[in-house]
Amino acid sequence: MSTRLSNTGRLVNRSAVKNFTFNGKKMQGYEGDTLASALLANDQMLVGRSFKYHRPRGIVASGGEEPNALVNMGEGARFEPNQRTTTTELFDGLTCTSQNHWPSLEFDVGVANNYVARFLPAGFYYKTFMAPRAAWKHVFEPIIRQSAGLGKAPKEMDVDRYEHFYAFEDVVVVGGGIAGLQAAKAAADSGAQVMLMEQTTDWGGRAPVDGAVIDGKPADQWIDETVAALEAMENVTLRTRMMGAGVYDHGYITGYERVADHTPGDGRPRHRLWRIRAKQIVTATGAIERPLSFAGNDIPGVMLASAVRDYVVNYGVSIGEKTVVVTNNDDGYRTAIALVEAGLQVPMVVDARSEVEGELPNKARDLGIRVEAGKAIGKVKGGKRVTGVGICLQNGEGGALEEVKCDAVAMAGGWSPVVHLWSHCGGKLIWDETQAHFRPDANRAPTGANGEAFVLTAGIANGDMGTTEALASGDAAGKAAAKAAGHKASRKAAPKADVVAENAMAPVWIMPQNAGPDLRMKMWLDYQNDVKVSDVQLAAREGYESVEHTKRYTTLGMATDQGKLSNINGLAILADSLNAEIPQVGTTTFRPPYTPISMASIAGEARGEIFQPLRKTPMHDWIENNGAHFEPVGHWRRPYAYLQDGETVEEAVKREVKNTRRKLGLLDASTLGKIIVKGPDAGKFMDMMYTNMMSTLKVGKCRYGLMCNENGFLSDDGVVARMDEDTWLCHTTSGGADRIHGWMEEWLQTEWWDWDVYVANVTEQYAQVAVVGPNARKVLEKLGGMDVTKGSLPFMEWAEGQIGGFDTRVFRISFSGELSYEIAVPASQGRAFWDALMEAGEEFGVQPYGTECLHIMRAEKGFIMIGDETDGTIIPQDLGLNWAISKKKEDFLGKRAQERTFMTNPDRWKLVGLETLDGSVLPDGAYAIKEGDNDNGQRNMEGRVTSTYHSPTLGRGIAMGIIHNGPDRMGEVIEFGKVDGTMVKAKIVDQVFFDKNGEKQDV
Amino acid sequence: MSNAVSALNHASYQGFALVEEMGLQGMITLRGDFADATFQKAVKDVCGQDIPGQREVTVADGKGVAWMSPDELLVLVPYSDSASAAMDLAEALKGTHALAANVSDARVVIRVKGENAREVIAKIAPVDLSVASFQPGQIRRTRLAQVAAAFWMSGEDEFTIVAFRSVADYVFNLLKTSAIKGSEVGYL
Repeated sequence: MSTRLSNTGRLVNRSAVKNFTFNGKKMQGYEGDTLASALLANDQMLVGRSFKYHRPRGIVASGGEEPNALVNMGEGARFEPNQRTTTTELFDGLTCTSQNHWPSLEFDVGVANNYVARFLPAGFYYKTFMAPRAAWKHVFEPIIRQSAGLGKAPKEMDVDRYEHFYAFEDVVVVGGGIAGLQAAKAAADSGAQVMLMEQTTDWGGRAPVDGAVIDGKPADQWIDETVAALEAMENVTLRTRMMGAGVYDHGYITGYERVADHTPGDGRPRHRLWRIRAKQIVTATGAIERPLSFAGNDIPGVMLASAVRDYVVNYGVSIGEKTVVVTNNDDGYRTAIALVEAGLQVPMVVDARSEVEGELPNKARDLGIRVEAGKAIGKVKGGKRVTGVGICLQNGEGGALEEVKCDAVAMAGGWSPVVHLWSHCGGKLIWDETQAHFRPDANRAPTGANGEAFVLTAGIANGDMGTTEALASGDAAGKAAAKAAGHKASRKAAPKADVVAENAMAPVWIMPQNAGPDLRMKMWLDYQNDVKVSDVQLAAREGYESVEHTKRYTTLGMATDQGKLSNINGLAILADSLNAEIPQVGTTTFRPPYTPISMASIAGEARGEIFQPLRKTPMHDWIENNGAHFEPVGHWRRPYAYLQDGETVEEAVKREVKNTRRKLGLLDASTLGKIIVKGPDAGKFMDMMYTNMMSTLKVGKCRYGLMCNENGFLSDDGVVARMDEDTWLCHTTSGGADRIHGWMEEWLQTEWWDWDVYVANVTEQYAQVAVVGPNARKVLEKLGGMDVTKGSLPFMEWAEGQIGGFDTRVFRISFSGELSYEIAVPASQGRAFWDALMEAGEEFGVQPYGTECLHIMRAEKGFIMIGDETDGTIIPQDLGLNWAISKKKEDFLGKRAQERTFMTNPDRWKLVGLETLDGSVLPDGAYAIKEGDNDNGQRNMEGRVTSTYHSPTLGRGIAMGIIHNGPDRMGEVIEFGKVDGTMVKAKIVDQVFFDKNGEKQDV
Repeated sequence: MSNAVSALNHASYQGFALVEEMGLQGMITLRGDFADATFQKAVKDVCGQDIPGQREVTVADGKGVAWMSPDELLVLVPYSDSASAAMDLAEALKGTHALAANVSDARVVIRVKGENAREVIAKIAPVDLSVASFQPGQIRRTRLAQVAAAFWMSGEDEFTIVAFRSVADYVFNLLKTSAIKGSEVGYL
């Protein structure tokens, strides 16, 4: 059993007891525990089930590489699945449950998959896509869906807050082990602004656990002194609980700070995502120990040797009473020694190497530990817990020589440097034969905009396995980073450590060497996804030579741990199967984040009312309080209609149209874009931007204009007013203001940079109200001020003056066909002006109207709408707007494109009006159906509906559409397909349905 | 004018820093040739300041001028004077290629004040706000989370932020969220 020891545990505070529950069971741990160490202290080794076979899974690691021990954390609004117990700090009141089993952790029906494992080999998932075809839909998919997924999805809204933070540093050091500390110290001593981040709560990394002695002092003391020295420096920021998540171009690095995971509900943000610009980055990210591949290496109780050592030394937790250590290197002996020194039993160290004569093995022998050289574990005995191991020859086939009783197995397969952050932005790796691992290639570092390296690496992360070497490379990296960031490297020497000589490790990828199929299919590589040695070998046999393909075929390394334990072992097996060298096979790609980070931290503050900016006009509050049914228009919310008591939206729209046509309507038109174009060359510029001739527009006049992109397609439209000799005011669509402003600036800055033109976007300076209807003039005259009669202010002119005491600019333009004034006032007075119009308009039957009413009235008049009649493939000629295209101009944006044969093809569909014979409303987007089928066996089509409404004015459905040869087919009846499969007949008519001569707007 | 109401009507929030809307501020977008003596004189006459250097701002007694781009300035005057100031500028620059547009009503002005005011901004703007890099007299045109904004330090521990009027609510709530007590970062 695993239990708490009384005499060790450098990180736990035994005077602070923390209560927590696992699957409802009450347990206790101490301050300083991780959830994993606390579970182990309570003899909870079994923590979950594997993904595919539902095999029992125990804790196997002590850090971020843990693949097994994931739990559902918390409850209700703080519930989160797949939380890694090895990186979860214990806190009082923590609750968690195990995952991926049914009905219980101890008894899981899904384990049946384990017994049919023979039929669920590598690529099983892909093979289910193949014959018989029906099997996927009816057999495999339901089964796979049922068993897929680890944790449960949260059901409640997350109550915590998350945020971003932008920081700028000379040097960012990732990893607070001794190499990272020394790198930070050296960079800071050189005068650089330094940030050092450490993902755990404690500084120093593995050195204290491994018994390092630095400058003659125990590692703990050196660490405390170094941290104290760094804390005292003004130019250093130290952050724990912060993981270097990703390295990106231009020295951009993200830090994932778990501010309040261990103090839920204390009012602080839960996570903070740091977005840091660093001139130089030092990755001192340490290394991860590799498992060994022997049969039954996934049975709970089999653990990484380093983790076994961590739990004993750091947390005072023993994994078992009797631990067999299996290793291919000297470092594994540290675990054996630590266990014996803690008073625990190590019945045997099984060493795959034939000769074992290093300093550490000999120390182990001196402690009375039995060391068996050239041996291997043939098989682990046990189900939900290790009960013993069968020992065999490493160079044999697995014939058992002896069985050793034990309740834990510590495996030491060598160390893989954490090269993730080095690799994120293109750092390359080299294969180190002696250590049998990939390490960063300093000659091929990630480079910045100037072609110089911006990531350095230090310590074990660089493959510098000895303490002295790690400190020296940390020191060198710190100085080099400071120098590259523009400082003068300090001349202080790096600290020295006591040297422990270690003999070479033996690259052992399978144990025993000649294991047969029965053993190989019990050797786990990826614990979470159940990928075994036999699966990778099968993939190789089936032709998967690329490591990336093998990864996807077998799912090796695709679990939430992203193969931190399994990748190197799996790729060594693949290389062996392909008779290739490991570096030739290569690694899969390392992508950020290093370990999973919360989605909420990425969203940061963007949730709830600040999820997205919502643009509001000065009248927004009034609109909201007066029955508005909103619709989104860009980031604006505009009223679709104003609902009165008991009205449906349709009824409100109908009422608004009738009222505006008969009496008086007000539209909040503030969202319309307003862009000033000014300068000696402004006329020339306007002529290029618009298809119309704008340079000849007289001061005081308005003209409707079209803008096309360089491909000839309609992009925006609106009314242009000539303000003075060299100034024009361009109205754009509501959604188009920023885009068109950017479009104008782009042309001015990149193509016509020598033209004297300035543009300014003044959209938000003005509140604009459309005063529309037969009574429009009456209400303005009642308010009093400027002359708004036809004689003084005719249709398509504008003027400035006072109305009701407000400074206004009045445009006589009409998008409804009615007598209409669009009146701009300073935005800060918009609400007051609106109130004044509503009050004065009462006797004239004033009612506000929304965007749907606007749409219907414009459709009744046959006016096009950008986004309805246009979709990025429509040229003005398609819409019969030739009158708005100047023939006198030498050039305008889109002119040449519109002359291409495809654009001048008479077969292009063209705009017409459509009237159903039965008066019904055509479905939006419906296609006009023609006789016969095309080459694909589909019905031929000859057009489509672009706008369609019920017209309250005419009491029938009206529509616009683009139809093949439409304008030449007036009066012809064609058919449109409806969603229910039936057809509806419609007559082709002129698109102006109401007041064809435009008499109403020109009174 | 008495009818004029600023976007948030002086809303305020006290978190670990104070966030308050400052009411109406006269602002004129002025584009032109900074090297032109007529232009320089026009700026000086309207706000009493010389043309600021790149990313700099000078403000005194409610008047001032901020650098916006190599050919754009933001002139600050009292709100009540803004229309006439824009006209004065246009008049003074007649005959030269320049553009003066009154944008006083297109904006919201919010102040963030307090010992940790720098951190409120640093959560939502990708700007180096360290004491060494950002001081009174400097201005940044940048973004606050998802919208465009400009800000400068209007005193020690005090930021003046200018954003578009339509997103006043968004910007205020953004700053409010960033300033919630307990979310101090302890970095700047």
